[in-house]
Amino acid sequence: MATAQRMIKNLYRDSVSLMQFSEKLRALEGVKQASAVMATENNISLLVEAGLLASAVPPSPNDLMIVVEGKDDSSTGAALDQAEGMLKAKSTETDEGGVRRVPPRSIEMGLESMSSANFVLISTPGEYAAAEARKALQLGLHVMMFSDNVSIEEEIPLKQYAREHDLLMMGPDCGTAIINGIPLGFANLVRRGDIGVVAASGTGLQQVTCLIDRFGGGITQAIGTGGHDLKSEVGGITMLQSIAALTADPQTKVILLVSKPPSPDVMKKVLEKAGQSGKPVVVIFIGADPASVTHGKIIGVKTLEDAAVAAVNFSKGKALKKFSNSMPAKYSAVEKSSARKLKKTQKYVRALFSGGTFCYENLLLMSEALGPVYSNIPLKKEHKLKDVWKSQEHTAIDLGDDLFTQGRPHPMIDFRLRNERIIQEAKDPSTAVILLDVVLGYGSNMDPAGELVPAILEALKVAAKAKRNLFFVGFVCGTDSDPQNLTRQQDMLREAGVILTESNAQAARLAAAIVSGR
Amino acid sequence: MVNKLFEQDLQVINVGLSSFADSIQQAGAKSLQLDWRPPALGDKATGEHLAALVNQPDVEAANRIAFDRFMLAQPVLIGVASARDGVPDFGERTLLHAGPPIEWKRMCGPMQGAVIGAILFEGWAENQITARGLPASGGINFAPCHHFGAVGPMSGVISPSMPVWIVKNEDRGNLSFSNLNEGLGKVLRFGANDPSVLERLKWMAATLGPAMDAAVKVLGGIELRPIIAQALHMGDECHNRNAAASSLLFKKLTPALLKTDFPQGDIAKVLEFIAGNDHFFLNISMACCKSMLDAGHGVPHSTLVTAMARNGVDFGIRMSGAGDAWFTVPAPMVDGLFFPGYSQADAAPDLGDSAITETAGIGGFAMGAAPAIVQFVGGTPQDAIAYTREMLHITMGVHSGFTLPPLNFNGSPAGIDARKVVDTGIQPVINTGIAHKDAGVGQVGAGITRAPLECFTQAVNALAVSS
Repeated sequence: MATAQRMIKNLYRDSVSLMQFSEKLRALEGVKQASAVMATENNISLLVEAGLLASAVPPSPNDLMIVVEGKDDSSTGAALDQAEGMLKAKSTETDEGGVRRVPPRSIEMGLESMSSANFVLISTPGEYAAAEARKALQLGLHVMMFSDNVSIEEEIPLKQYAREHDLLMMGPDCGTAIINGIPLGFANLVRRGDIGVVAASGTGLQQVTCLIDRFGGGITQAIGTGGHDLKSEVGGITMLQSIAALTADPQTKVILLVSKPPSPDVMKKVLEKAGQSGKPVVVIFIGADPASVTHGKIIGVKTLEDAAVAAVNFSKGKALKKFSNSMPAKYSAVEKSSARKLKKTQKYVRALFSGGTFCYENLLLMSEALGPVYSNIPLKKEHKLKDVWKSQEHTAIDLGDDLFTQGRPHPMIDFRLRNERIIQEAKDPSTAVILLDVVLGYGSNMDPAGELVPAILEALKVAAKAKRNLFFVGFVCGTDSDPQNLTRQQDMLREAGVILTESNAQAARLAAAIVSGR
Repeated sequence: MVNKLFEQDLQVINVGLSSFADSIQQAGAKSLQLDWRPPALGDKATGEHLAALVNQPDVEAANRIAFDRFMLAQPVLIGVASARDGVPDFGERTLLHAGPPIEWKRMCGPMQGAVIGAILFEGWAENQITARGLPASGGINFAPCHHFGAVGPMSGVISPSMPVWIVKNEDRGNLSFSNLNEGLGKVLRFGANDPSVLERLKWMAATLGPAMDAAVKVLGGIELRPIIAQALHMGDECHNRNAAASSLLFKKLTPALLKTDFPQGDIAKVLEFIAGNDHFFLNISMACCKSMLDAGHGVPHSTLVTAMARNGVDFGIRMSGAGDAWFTVPAPMVDGLFFPGYSQADAAPDLGDSAITETAGIGGFAMGAAPAIVQFVGGTPQDAIAYTREMLHITMGVHSGFTLPPLNFNGSPAGIDARKVVDTGIQPVINTGIAHKDAGVGQVGAGITRAPLECFTQAVNALAVSS
């Protein structure tokens, strides 16, 4: 048995609450007897009589005295620490008797009610986002910043702070991530597995994770870096940190990196770090020559789909197949029959995207097959649309571009703009194929197929009236676990006549083949 | 840390689009949606200064020191003396006033009335007209009470011959002062200055003050925290309700006074005066709060608010880490109930040093313990508890000595953190009397007001600039 005592200076509690408090102390682990009193002469002599205090101490009536008797010194010490903590804690919790409660207003205030929070998701207007991120990081919390319009000058110090404190700082402009299986922002419910993804592109991340799910693989983490991370100024801080974390993560067997080609200095650092991981690393730098990154256990690939295939093959220990550059053979029948039905005037593909990375990958693949493709985000300046509201020749449009989202929700949520454009393209006698991406998951529209089908049917009617056959090619980026359900969405689109492929790359190649084969 | 995150359950605080918080919950993790609004009234630069101070190690360390000093303070009432004798460096031809610094011309009606009364009381002028000429010609040195460790309710005018309570913090030795409460009705603090007011002031200087000094000395000083602690358990919040504390003080003073050499007639008059004034303890409560807060003042980098005060024109605060600076904005009007015959149109803007009580964690902050007060301003006991609980979100901790029965005997919210005020937008609540805007009419109502947010954004900016 051991006894210990502690004086807490200038802390007053009335005797009734102290009696109740003493009861609580007796219930603590390893405590046999306990008493908390104001250190008056009278109380001290009572404690001496009770044998809890070896001898009288000088009274100090303004101080609170705690005496405990317990198993050993460590249990009495722990009990005293706990007791002092309990006395000094400020409780805002108890809510009874119809007392109105202020909802949490700040991150720090949020921590009062969610004390074990470990993550902050920020989607405030951009001008306030950096300050919120700074607070979160300084409070030791990991951050995903969905907000955009945050300058690179604000981004760099946040990422440096995060790196110094081993915290994740995803974004700014990080639209999607999956951490510990939980989709954040715009993200899909993807099976868990052993592939760790780091992506600088939101829809790129969604495409690879959904395809991994579809090909029977699963992911550990899908970390978004935000679009500026791989610029020279930022130096890939988040990507490098993420590669290191996935390297150290025992659950992760395969690493998959997704980005547009980084600046050369950053690319070198990223590949170096990836090489040091000792794990197989699949790299898709959309638009870069795969051979330029392939080295040792690092495999460069050309499309998001190839990236998913390669990652799943590594994960399942299968040999890597050689990736084909052309349309999968299974589409050749539909390609030929469609091509035959086109009129002479119908020469062009009109691709209407809600995902920016899809549009970019499509431009790369279609222009390889078809020559110039016009766009609001063209590969070459000379192929910029003169008027973004009007297609010219082969056209691929990113409807998520700021040009289109001023004053209205993102096209993954609000389909009005895309539906109008579908009808407009159907009226154009030169349109042969309309290509669509459909993105499922949290954050997206709860029934995208339901939104699109009426416009598709209307478009087909418009074309039929003009005695034209019009073809819709599309793909759905999602999983069966997503709230919208992949299979159901695909069935609705197929029923409306849309030719569905598995991926963006396949859709691009099929659409190109249809118009080339006519 | 990143790898540790991978092993934990994700728990997300969501700042912004609430649908993200819903998705996280649907996917099976915990999320907490903030009722977020741009901090600092949407001023981006202030918001960034604030962010830099959140959980900043120097600030956290400074606040621990300042809060500890505040909590360890041991204010003891040690006596009464004239301001001239009791308050160090109190110069002649000096008048102290409530709130942040203000020149004669800008003073509100009640304060100007009190100044004229004090000039007449001191005999610096013959009549109202010459008295009015004196400050106008620069013949008076004005200074805030706070610059001399003093506090005064309403206009807070203290002149050299007025008696002041002297409170000593036994922990750090700092002294604080407050004038003696004159009662209700026609009183100097509301700007009244007719012969009856001056008569009373003279009696207070000649008899009440010395009698109190003698009684306090018989008692060997009076520890003030225990009185406030007990009064909080008896329905006072020790700002707008002091009925219990005044009675407790009366109980201590009476036998002591009888042990002095004062003539029985004087003792009777003194006791009658105290017994007739439920706010007799207010000024002592204020000096006690000032004593505790001054102990926490002057810690570099600390964001502890150490004073909130109003002069009827400006509202100002001081912050521990900002030295002598005041952060001021125009004083707000008080939202309250008015005595019969008066309305908002008669009211002066917020006035007096008494918000020192809220700064120290009582007054409006302890409203939960004083349901009688909320009723007076049209609320329910639940509202009173809600006010107190709301204040917990902007304080550094809870008071170590002042506990509140309706909050399960938890400590009263204490130690306003300027950062938290700016970050949450929750403004400190203040219980207060309302003065008539004209000199001498007196109190016309009472109510609840909030300290203006801009004072706190200024304070945060000042600290950000200096650190």
